[in-house]
Amino acid sequence: MKQTTVGGNKRKAANILAMAGLIILFAAYMFPFIMVVINSLKQKRDIIKSPFSWLYTIKGLSFDNFVKAFTQMDFLNAFKNSLIVTVSATVLVTLLAAMLAYYIVRHNNTISKTTFALMVASMIIPFQAIMIPLVSIYGGTLNILNHRATLVFMHTGFSMAMSVFMFHGFIKGNVPIALEEAACIDGCTHARTFFQIVLPLLKPIISTMVILNSLAFWNDFLLPSLVLTDKKLLTLPLSTYSFYGTYSADYGTIMAGLLLCVLPILILYIVLQKQIIGGVVAGAVK
Amino acid sequence: MKTKNSGKDFCMFALPGMFCFLAVVIIPFLYGVYLTFTDWNGVSDTKNFIGLKNFAGVISDKQFWSSLLLTFRYVIVVVILVNVLAFAIAYLLTRGIKGQNFFRAGFFTPNLIGGIVLGYIWQFVFSRVFVNIGETTGFSLFEISWLSEPNRAFAALILVSVWQLSGYMILIYVAGFMGLSEDVMEAASIDGASGFAKLKNIVLPLMMSSITICLFLTLSRAFMVYDLNLSLTSGGPYGTTEMAAMHVYEKAFTSRQFGVGQAEALILFIVVACISGLQVYLTKKQEVEA
Repeated sequence: MKQTTVGGNKRKAANILAMAGLIILFAAYMFPFIMVVINSLKQKRDIIKSPFSWLYTIKGLSFDNFVKAFTQMDFLNAFKNSLIVTVSATVLVTLLAAMLAYYIVRHNNTISKTTFALMVASMIIPFQAIMIPLVSIYGGTLNILNHRATLVFMHTGFSMAMSVFMFHGFIKGNVPIALEEAACIDGCTHARTFFQIVLPLLKPIISTMVILNSLAFWNDFLLPSLVLTDKKLLTLPLSTYSFYGTYSADYGTIMAGLLLCVLPILILYIVLQKQIIGGVVAGAVK
Repeated sequence: MKTKNSGKDFCMFALPGMFCFLAVVIIPFLYGVYLTFTDWNGVSDTKNFIGLKNFAGVISDKQFWSSLLLTFRYVIVVVILVNVLAFAIAYLLTRGIKGQNFFRAGFFTPNLIGGIVLGYIWQFVFSRVFVNIGETTGFSLFEISWLSEPNRAFAALILVSVWQLSGYMILIYVAGFMGLSEDVMEAASIDGASGFAKLKNIVLPLMMSSITICLFLTLSRAFMVYDLNLSLTSGGPYGTTEMAAMHVYEKAFTSRQFGVGQAEALILFIVVACISGLQVYLTKKQEVEA
């Protein structure tokens, strides 16, 4: 009898300790974000004097920084560019990868096998090993850099292997061929079979891939920085980079600008938290 | 009839995806191998075949080797710290504590944001917030900005990388811990296994598949760090924190030595491929079924 209470207390104490440890760690992880939020409302002098709180400011708190950052970064335009690129590339890669994976699973021929093997092998190639020839081909020979479409095409190509791999695994395990045979007997064309029968069955894996790919496209810096140099076409990470270069000493404005960049994703994250975390775990564990 | 149909199928289903993949990944990769044997400077139309001269150029590029060495040091420290920390936090999170999902979501947040923005946020923290702590408390560790001194700038880079990557690995380790069978743990307790013995003999072997994934992800990400390197330290002070990926970029696009840059990129690729291949082989061997 006594034994169990001691054990229970011990466990309770351990849990309280674990909770305390987690809260401290959590606070440390959140610290940089809190600093950004606090200082985005303050003026430079107050930030240098004391970056920690909203108290004791000489110039007071205001949203001036946000107004300045919003206009100087050309936020709306950069946001629009990022949105166009991310959405089109995500739609394109999801559709093309699903179709290619479907073809590979259902046609056991040499082309399927070679393509699939090539894709799996290519997944270990880091972007840095391709970027120089990429610029040389698309910038030199073809001369089609500085178009959003080029960036969309490249995003699609780079995420193709991983996406096909994921769709391949899912179709193999979860899409029964009997359904397609039934559709075929009923006189359904292959295209219609795919779009009306197979594609709806792929919903879970589609949502995983949409989350993984769109996050990667939205945040990517290196590839867009090689493709887009025209100021009108810059995506959000690129315009942040050039904005920081010009205003790096103007802390308040910088903090407001960084917060503006982070805000759209954070809002989306709060709404779709469960799906995003589920998608990331599914994507990593496969 | 059948062949004609499958040809149409191929064009409709397989060709568009294959075209994107080949045009963006495979052709540039092969062309890149070819580039390493030429003296192309990025602008001129002529490329002369110069044999292995670029590789000789790589060997004599001292900066490349020192950046590669630095990258190795960085990768080792980051991989160890990230995995130990993430494993520990995931363990704490799966003890049935309230608000588990909230914590997990919070720890993951840095991974939703691009390296450029994260680097700038931390640049502010290091150069203003920490310095302010140093000034007001007289704590000498923070009196000057970490980013202005080589060793501390390197430590800063590691700190931010660990901060970011561990949130991602926590998710994977939490999924692993949730998959541990209660029965096995209970059987071990009944047999009188202590906390540490349970961890070493039961939890670790059963978690090996999560560990394989996490090591692989942290290795490949740490080796290729670029965005964070660029925005946090941009290689400074005086190029002392320039990682290999950044050096390749500088070599090609700033110094305009495309051939040498591409040769270095290929060497980096081979190094990363070998190391992560070896890691997956070694840790996969340790995996067991419950």
